[in-house]
Order: sequence, then structure tokens, then C-alpha cells
Amino acid sequence: MRRRRKAAETRAGYAFLAPWLLGFVLLTAGPMIASLYLAFTNYNLFTSPEWVGIENFQRLFQDPNYIQAWRVTALYALIGTPLKLVSALAVAMLLNNSRRGQGFYRSAFYAPSLIGASVSIAIVWKAMFIDNGIVDRAGQTLGLPAGGWVGDPGRTLPMLILLTIWQFGAPMVIFLAGLKQIPTELYEAASVDGAGPVRKFLRITLPMLSPVLFFNLLLETIHAFQIFASAFIISSGTGGPARSTLFYTLYLYFRGFRDFQMGYASAMAWVLVLVVGAISFVMFRTQNRWVHYSGESK
Amino acid sequence: MSTTAPAASPATSGRQGLPTAEQSAALRRRNQGRSRVRSVVFHVISLAVVAVILYPAVWMFVSTLKPSSEIIGSVSIIPTDPSLANFTKALAGIAGVSFWQFFLNSLLLAVGSVVGITLSCSVSAYAFARIDFPGRGLFFTLMIGTLLLPFHVVIIPQYIVFNQLGLVGTYVPLLIGKFLAAEAFFVFLMVQFMRNLPRELDEAARIDGAGHVRIFTAIMLPLMKPALVTSSIFAFIWSWNDFFGPLIYLSSPDTFPLPLALRLFVDQTTVSDYGAQMAMAVLALLPVLLFFLVFQRYLVQGVATQGLKG
Repeated sequence: MRRRRKAAETRAGYAFLAPWLLGFVLLTAGPMIASLYLAFTNYNLFTSPEWVGIENFQRLFQDPNYIQAWRVTALYALIGTPLKLVSALAVAMLLNNSRRGQGFYRSAFYAPSLIGASVSIAIVWKAMFIDNGIVDRAGQTLGLPAGGWVGDPGRTLPMLILLTIWQFGAPMVIFLAGLKQIPTELYEAASVDGAGPVRKFLRITLPMLSPVLFFNLLLETIHAFQIFASAFIISSGTGGPARSTLFYTLYLYFRGFRDFQMGYASAMAWVLVLVVGAISFVMFRTQNRWVHYSGESK
Repeated sequence: MSTTAPAASPATSGRQGLPTAEQSAALRRRNQGRSRVRSVVFHVISLAVVAVILYPAVWMFVSTLKPSSEIIGSVSIIPTDPSLANFTKALAGIAGVSFWQFFLNSLLLAVGSVVGITLSCSVSAYAFARIDFPGRGLFFTLMIGTLLLPFHVVIIPQYIVFNQLGLVGTYVPLLIGKFLAAEAFFVFLMVQFMRNLPRELDEAARIDGAGHVRIFTAIMLPLMKPALVTSSIFAFIWSWNDFFGPLIYLSSPDTFPLPLALRLFVDQTTVSDYGAQMAMAVLALLPVLLFFLVFQRYLVQGVATQGLKG
């Protein structure tokens, strides 16, 4: 009787999980295995794949465009993500009170996160930063050299980093939810002990917020590696000027879907998976050094 | 909820003994005054941030009313001679396809995504949250793992398969993942939501002889409404904004959703007609902005809970 009941549960479980299971096998696990195989081949869609061993990987690291793609992507993630998180945290702390208008500000700050990656915003951004455009003119009054940001290889990355900082709303909302979980008694006790705002921030806010910080850092870093539409539109689909917006995704797109070098692009994809995997692994492993979980909040 | 703790200065309140009535009244008055100053400072800073954050959006809207020369050349936010000519150009469309066709294509993809995601993700989430079967833990870990997986590693083989099946150029590759719960974000969101629903409900239903199908449709789905609404709004907006998927799978302009049409529009207006581009960008963004205005509470809450339960 018991066993029959259990078997029925198992059947029901798999039946309900069927959509996800099917999707996982057909759209994730299967393709991952296929792309691992393709990474060791030359394949152009039209003739059958030709096994070349690790040649693709060797070629990757001699390919100046590939090195450049890593340089651009890494700089973007390393500079953009921390700046975005710092702005998110600062604004979340500003909003963490029961004053009127809090709901309005929260929504207004969140809005760019929803539309920031859209083609519409990329077009607006481009028009704002173009030669003689509104940002250029404002910059000149502040003493910045004249000339558009869009055409200047030294300024395209800062322009895109500004775009990602502009979307600080999503991590901000998560920070805000985390701040609300911190018991006010902790701050009251610290006040009684004569702790100033800096001490309170370092000793209470940061440790109590560290799980949320960890979550935001992991998610935003992974997001940063996937930037595509804005870079594509702003560089008119070229990764230029002077390869300054040749992000990893852009270069993968060029190799795979413009030049149909599916093997080469698969090798690129796998290196990215390994790097993102390594970053996540290191973050999870070093967690217990700086992430503080209290009680059962995990 | 949490007011900034009124920093009672140790000198007046004193750690030993309660303050006299006079002292506490004075303290309250001082705190009130301080709180009013803080309130003003809070609003000044917040409004300044709002101004900076919303500036690009405001600028985008007023630019649609200006001729292109004025968009680039002038810093003034108020158009000297407002006109709707840009919208006429934008609505005319591009490559012989009208704007409304692109709009309809986007709508079709977005509605398809919403339907697919609500159906497949809620069913799968029920299995994760409420049914006990061998392998559940492993599958759950794998599902979370796909949240962190860069999509690049699956996109090439997927493209090859869809190409061989002759489905490139159709909406099948863009929608099939939504019907197969491939977007782990939504599965995860719904699992977390269901886990917070009281277990007693389905236990009682089971005693009454209800099976999983009954429990899911009659008890879970109605209770899950907030999670379903949040998921639907996100599914709609993400599909509406998606650029990469349509870029690789679609090639014929009459099938393009708005992001691809916009890109075509920008590429083909050789002398950059920023006015018309802005108008089309605004039109393409309107549904998203409307959704946002109506549902912003759900969206913000959805993000907050999703983040916290990680």
C-alpha cells in the first residue's frame, strides 16, 4: 500500500515536472553537450563538422580580437559592477526610512532597470553622447575636451558603464528589502554605546547585509558578461570604434552567426562558461569569510 | 517600518535613570526639529537623484517633438517649434512594413511568452514545491544552476538544430523555451512563493481525496495569483525588449518585432534622422512604460522577494 502510494507520488512528480525536464534535456543539457563537441571541430553549418582537437582553443588565445573582447568585457564587469552596486546601496540607504514619497522614489529609480537593456534606450543613449550632443555640450562647460563619446574609442566604455550604473534600480530594490530586515534594536543598542554612523555602517549594516550583497554581486557580475543590445546598437553592429565595444557576446555573435564559424564560437562559449563558473565557485567558496548568515535567514 | 532611530544623545537622556518630563519634552522638540531638517535633506537629495535618473527619459520624450537639427545642436529641453512630424515618419515604418505590423509581431511574441511561461513554470514549480519524489533535489540544483549559466553555451547548438528543422525564420525557436519552463527565474520565483503557502491546505484536500491535479488547479493556482501576475509582467516586458533572439532567428522584415525594426530603422536612415528615431524608440517603449506605471508595485516587490529568498 505504502509503496504503491510512493510510486504514484513519483509518477505525479515527473508528470508535473515534465515541461521543465523536457526543456532541460532538449534546450540546456543536450545543447551543452553538443557545444562541447562542436568546440573541438570546425563547422560552418553547410558541411559536416570536422574534428580538429584543441585547435580552436589554441587559436582563441592567439586571436587579437579575442584578447580584445576579454579586455573590454573584463573592464566593463570590473568597473561597472562595483560602481553600480555602490550606487544601489547608497540610494537604498537613503530610501530606508518611513518618510513620505519613499514608494515614488523607489519606483522612479527602478524604472531604468526595466528598459535599460532595450534597443530604444541604446538609441537614446547614442543620441545623447554623440558629437555635439547634449552630454558633449555639458561636458565642455565642465572643461572636458570636445567631441562625441560615441566615436572616441577612449570614451565608449565609460559611456556604456554609465548606462549600466543608470540601471542601479534592480539591485537597489534588493538592498532595500535586505535593509528592512535588519532589526532596529541593533542600531539603538549601538547608539546607546555611542557608535557613530560610520561604525554603525561597518559593524551592523554591512555584515547584516552581506548575504544580499553576495547575491547582488554574483547576479550583476554574470549580467555584465552578457551585455549585448546596447553595445550592438551604439556601435552600429560593429564593435567599434577601434574595437572599443567588442564585447564577448558581440564577438561570439560575429564569429558564430555572421561568419558561421560554429566550432570557434562554441569554443568561445565554453571558455566563458568556465570563467563564469570559476568566478561563481570562488565567490561561493570565500562566502564564509565575509558573508554573515544569521539564524535561518538563508 | 524602520524609522531612523532618533539618536538620543547620551548627555540628555543619560544611561542611568529616566529623563524628567521637562527633559524629554525638550528632547522631543529637538528631535522633531532635527527630523524636519532631515526630511528636507532627504527630499532634496532624492529629487536630485530622480532628476538625473529620469533626465534621459524626459529628454527622449521632448526630442520626439523637435526637428533632428535641434535635438543635437541645442541644449534646451523645451522644443522651439513642437511638431508631430517625427511620429508620422516613425508610424510609416520601414522596408515596406508598417509600424503596426512590427507592433503586432511584438505583441504576438510577448503574449506567447506570457502564456507559455505561466503554464509551464507554474506546473513545474508545483512539482518542486509540493511533490516528494526521488531526484527532486538534484533537479532543483540543476534548475538553480541554469540561472547562472551564460546563454551563449546553448545558443549555437540550438540554432543549428532549429536550422536543420527548418524553423529558422519562424517564431518557434523564440517561443518553445517559454513553453518548456526554460527560464529558471520564473520557476524559482514560483517555487519560493508556493513554499510559503500553508501545507495544511493541500493536506486537507488530500484527506478529502483530491489528487495533485485537483490540488494544483483548485487550490494552488488561485492562491498563486500574485506570483503569476509578477511573472506575467516580467515575461511580457522581457520578451518585448528582447533583441538577441530575434536578431539571430529572424531575417524577413515583416516578421520583425519592434527592437529589430528599430535597428533596421536606425541603419537605413542614412543621414541620421534622430527625431524620427526617437519617435519610434518612444513608440516601441510605450507598452513597457504603461505596464510599469500600472504594475510598478508588483514589479518592485517581485524583485525584492526574489532577491531576498536567494
